[in-house]
Amino acid sequence: MDIIVCVKQVLDHDIPPRDFKVDEEAMAVIPPSNVSPVISNFDEYAVEEAIKLKEAHGGTITVLTAGGDSARDLLKKCMAMGCDEAVLLQDTAFEGSDSFGVARILAGAIRKIGAFDIILCGRISSDWSQGTTALALAEALDIPSASQLIKIDVNGDTLRCERVLEDGEEVVEISTPCLLTTSNELNTPRLPSVKGILMASRKQIPIWAAGDIGVDAATVGAGAATLELTRLYKPDLSTQCEFIEADSLEEAADKLGDRLREDKII
Amino acid sequence: MILAERNNDRLALVSSELSGIGRKLADEKGGSLIALLLGGSGTKDLAKGLIALGADKVLAAESDILEGYNNAAYTEVIDSAVGETDPAIFLLGCTSAGRDLGPRIAFRRGMSYANDCSELSLEEGKLAAVRSVYGGNALSYVRSRTDKAMTSIRMKAFPPADIEEGRTGELGEIEVTIEAGALKTSFIETRQVEAEGVRLEDAEYVVSGGRGLGGPENFEQLAKLAKVLKAAVGASRAAVDAGWVPTHMQVGQTGKIVSPTLYIAVGISGAMQHMVGAGPSKNILAINTDPDAPIFQRARYGIVGDYRKVIPALTEKLAKLLES
Ligand SMILES: Cc1cc2nc3c(=O)[nH]c(=O)nc-3n(C[C@H](O)[C@H](O)[C@H](O)COP(=O)(O)OP(=O)(O)OC[C@H]3O[C@@H](n4cnc5c(N)ncnc54)[C@H](O)[C@@H]3O)c2cc1C
Ligand SMILES: Nc1ncnc2c1ncn2[C@@H]1O[C@H](COP(=O)(O)O)[C@@H](O)[C@H]1O
Repeated sequence: MDIIVCVKQVLDHDIPPRDFKVDEEAMAVIPPSNVSPVISNFDEYAVEEAIKLKEAHGGTITVLTAGGDSARDLLKKCMAMGCDEAVLLQDTAFEGSDSFGVARILAGAIRKIGAFDIILCGRISSDWSQGTTALALAEALDIPSASQLIKIDVNGDTLRCERVLEDGEEVVEISTPCLLTTSNELNTPRLPSVKGILMASRKQIPIWAAGDIGVDAATVGAGAATLELTRLYKPDLSTQCEFIEADSLEEAADKLGDRLREDKII
Repeated sequence: MILAERNNDRLALVSSELSGIGRKLADEKGGSLIALLLGGSGTKDLAKGLIALGADKVLAAESDILEGYNNAAYTEVIDSAVGETDPAIFLLGCTSAGRDLGPRIAFRRGMSYANDCSELSLEEGKLAAVRSVYGGNALSYVRSRTDKAMTSIRMKAFPPADIEEGRTGELGEIEVTIEAGALKTSFIETRQVEAEGVRLEDAEYVVSGGRGLGGPENFEQLAKLAKVLKAAVGASRAAVDAGWVPTHMQVGQTGKIVSPTLYIAVGISGAMQHMVGAGPSKNILAINTDPDAPIFQRARYGIVGDYRKVIPALTEKLAKLLES
């Protein structure tokens, strides 16, 4: 079972809201100097699921990312977790791509790789939350897709998957090759092992540019983007909190009850 | 054009929300509003209700193959409707079905696509949208660069359309000719979770627990308080990930959006991704041992301390107050 995982490098989502800063002029987020970028949260579940599928059914796992040089670190991390190969997709022509542009880049790389059974992606990225790239990629490759999965069972050439819904789950069957997106209920991502880190450090990561993957530069990058960003800012959502204090917490709770009644909230 | 949705034997709330904003944009643009509804038996009948919500024309696709959501079948039917009517704007809900369909169809049709939008307007004839990004830390304004635009709308961000009995419109049908055998995805079953008591989305009071609760059994304490308040019980993703409570209780960006009169956050730090779901609440009460927890910056009331002491006392007090 050959698997391709698409991962995106993002700003660490765990930074406290007060450290999150935006340059409104440049319409860009200013990353705090002391935090390194991470793998987009849901993509970690995609990597983990790929490794579990490989452990059960064999095959190779190739990780792809379209991004800057620093994205090498996260590809190394994926290999340290247990992925076999990684490719960095990089070209000045790719800069400023929207989700559809990224989908075309990924599709080009996957066509170059050739045969595969499953593509795994995250359901939504932690930074721009487009929730678009993965399903557009399935469309670009003309393969079936199933999104926000919490369970994947292999049954020969078909997979039985469970999708998480607002109020329950949905069971679907899908034939391979296909694209699947992961939700956090699917698994618990592992940490890279020391041995894995050593192995990964010896691996090469090739760079593929537009020409290598047959991507027409006019269909990607800022020029081809279908959406234009016109403003980016950090909203001030803070409220004045009234801290209820008393000699004991029980008394504070009592006071709070009275306050809620006074303010006609209960 | 809007993609309405069914919720068993009714039109789902998102259908009214889509009708409201769809009607507004159609009027501004000087166009008409077409509402699409797909499903198994009963769909044609239900679709008629979309006219009272503001649609000029309804297109119903009723077929056994659409009984239960199936990405391949739904994509084909919607794509053919888009091909035939060539709408300038296509709106769908940021629901499990909408999120699954939008990107594929927009990509195929060369439309721009903006996900989970909380405001929509027209700027120089182009669709413009407001979206929260970076887990809710920032707001982005985007504008379509293509003439045709698709967006999914955030739940609860748009007021539902009023029902106007007696409104007239055209009823149309889409003939579904897909063969199940030709599809690469198939629907097997849905397992619906019936909320015990009040549904989170509709609740006037919500009591939510996070990692700070320390274990599944401690949700019992929240359940007692919820019972007194007739509240729904919610959770943070950390509590869901720990396996303490089921997924459908999750509040937040990838969970539910709630808008109660009072949201009681217990042992929840107040990460932005959680606040995306809790933010629409009219008042937030936070109980947390850490005075620097970001939740206090979003709360109207706060108690700094161990919930194990606060919750039982608060439960008792509120029970007394509500009796009198
Ligand atoms: C793409 C993405 C989507 C996400 N979507 C969601 C989502 O939809 N919903 C969601 O909730 N999260 C979501 N998250 C996760 C989110 O970023 C946080 O990790 C999560 O909300 C943290 O949950 P928590 O507040 O329960 O845990 P923590 O952040 O660990 O906070 C626990 C709190 O409990 C307090 N505490 C400890 N002991 C006690 C005690 N005895 N009494 C009182 N207080 C105590 C602590 O001081 C602390 O503030 C998402 C993340 C990503 C990257
Ligand atoms: N630059 C990228 N490189 C590789 N994969 C990506 C990239 N951007 C998005 N993806 C994949 O698409 C998913 C959804 O991203 P998004 O559409 O941005 O929400 C991510 O979780 C990744 O799996």
